[in-house]
Amino acid sequence: MSFGLLYSNIRTATFLFDKKYDPPQAESFASKTLYMGCDDMSFIKSEKLKFEYIRRDENGNVDSINKAIDEVDLDIEKGQFIAILGSNGSGKSTLAKHINALLTPADGTMWINGNDTKDAEKLKNIRQSVGMVFQNPDNQIIGSIVEEDVGFGPENIGVPTKEIWNRVDDALEKVDMNDFRLKSPNKLSGGQKQRVAIAGVLAMKPQCIVLDEPTAMLDPQGRRDVIDTITKLNKTDNITIILVTHYMEEVVNADRVIVLNKGKIVMQDTPRGIFSQIEKLESFNLDVPEVTKVANMLSKSGLEISDGILTVEELADEIMAAKKVRIC
Amino acid sequence: MMRDITLGQYYRVESFIHKLDPRTKIIGTFIYMLLIFICDTIPCYIVGILMLGLVIKKSKIPLRYMVRGLRSILVLMIFTVVFQLFFTTGGKLVVNWHFIRIYSTGIKMAVILIIKLVLLVMGSSVMTYTTTPNQLTDGFESVLKPLKVFKVNSHEIAMIMSIALRFIPILVDEADKIMNAQMARGADFEHGGIVKKAKNMLPLLVPLFVSAFRRADELSLAMEARCYFGGEGRTKMKPLKYSNLDKIAATVLTVYTVLVIVLYRFL
Repeated sequence: MSFGLLYSNIRTATFLFDKKYDPPQAESFASKTLYMGCDDMSFIKSEKLKFEYIRRDENGNVDSINKAIDEVDLDIEKGQFIAILGSNGSGKSTLAKHINALLTPADGTMWINGNDTKDAEKLKNIRQSVGMVFQNPDNQIIGSIVEEDVGFGPENIGVPTKEIWNRVDDALEKVDMNDFRLKSPNKLSGGQKQRVAIAGVLAMKPQCIVLDEPTAMLDPQGRRDVIDTITKLNKTDNITIILVTHYMEEVVNADRVIVLNKGKIVMQDTPRGIFSQIEKLESFNLDVPEVTKVANMLSKSGLEISDGILTVEELADEIMAAKKVRIC
Repeated sequence: MMRDITLGQYYRVESFIHKLDPRTKIIGTFIYMLLIFICDTIPCYIVGILMLGLVIKKSKIPLRYMVRGLRSILVLMIFTVVFQLFFTTGGKLVVNWHFIRIYSTGIKMAVILIIKLVLLVMGSSVMTYTTTPNQLTDGFESVLKPLKVFKVNSHEIAMIMSIALRFIPILVDEADKIMNAQMARGADFEHGGIVKKAKNMLPLLVPLFVSAFRRADELSLAMEARCYFGGEGRTKMKPLKYSNLDKIAATVLTVYTVLVIVLYRFL
């Protein structure tokens, strides 16, 4: 069993504990949305969302229709940390692109902050309030100097020059990349580039950031840095995070996990609730965190361990408890 | 070396010319080149050489650095000289040896052409040596703005230029990777004649093109996601500003222009 991986979860465990001791914040956000005048609508909401990729042959006849998203209902409140899981081709990237209005639904509706994404006039508004970070760090950096890239978003939405500089300073500070501001993006590591991309989104003062497999091309250190950064943003700046991923370890910090399979939401629960259903997850070609697997194996071989173990500490405690029962 | 291509030929030093607004440099270079083309008499060229000397001195770029830039047009210069010398007739017959006949007009034309070429190349390289590609694209965007009348979108041209600059090192890296991958599978990029070598490049170029298009697609999505809707309503993080230095430069340029035109018309 790879204990290195187990060990790396101790770090994620600390986040979970932090979260436990935080007072529940849902109410305060609800009142904030009330104040903004969107009474009963949550920040991100979709109803019967559908999207199809239509493949045509050379004559323009429809060859095949691939339902990327099929009747998806979403309901995400401000300040939440949502993880979207799914195997390849499950429609998770397509769903992510809908939240930023890069794609508009073929059927059904998507509202961001009460704005329908099909409304072309609200496009700028939606994209400003929901930023997006993509998988490949090289293909989303536009500027040839780090600070110029961070300034690209604010330039687009017409922020005055002086304010752009303030925002760039702020955003670079938040992702801890201030020392690199005059460097060329080509000279940064993958994790650093991805943090520059996050800063570029932050400079637009978004309420939500959608990250589409942001760590898929990074080394372990880069992955850790990116996940730490977004966790911090979620906690200290109350930015809603929607993380699309297939690394289970990254999901452990989320408030809620949504599992997609063939374009449909098949599971929706807390990380603990999701990962206690190992067989069901495996039927969607998904895995569970290493610790959860170990706990499951132990409980199958007769040790009394509860379902849905997410961290090394929890497992250790459970093992100790189970041992005591035996000794007595 | 290719990794630093984003800096182009930029020579980093603090000088009067470096501090000028890129628009001043672009317009200045354009006027200078125009005058070199139109006013092609010896007195005009003498003033032109003096002007260039002054600019190079003020730019603090070492002269050998400037001269090195001329090497790329050496072949072109030799060709023009040979053609002008041997194929221009008129004036006094200077050399008459076997089949070679060189006339005085030919010599004069050759000298003028050499001066013209040297001044053109050096004049434009002063601009690229003293301006970063970023400033250049910004400058071009602003200078070409009036072309909107002819439906030329200067913002888009500048955007394309700056993105191209950013992606050159990335694509060079990628070409390297593809080359290694193909060589690992037995492709040969080094042997054979020119035609064979060119043919062998195909397995390198096809994947490179495919990936470049994919990158372009992703980049355009990323730009859209960051509220890019074209040049309308955009503000600038680093707006161009004319300073007092630009006023001095403009005055010098005006004096030079008037002087050259006067010399051309009345001498």
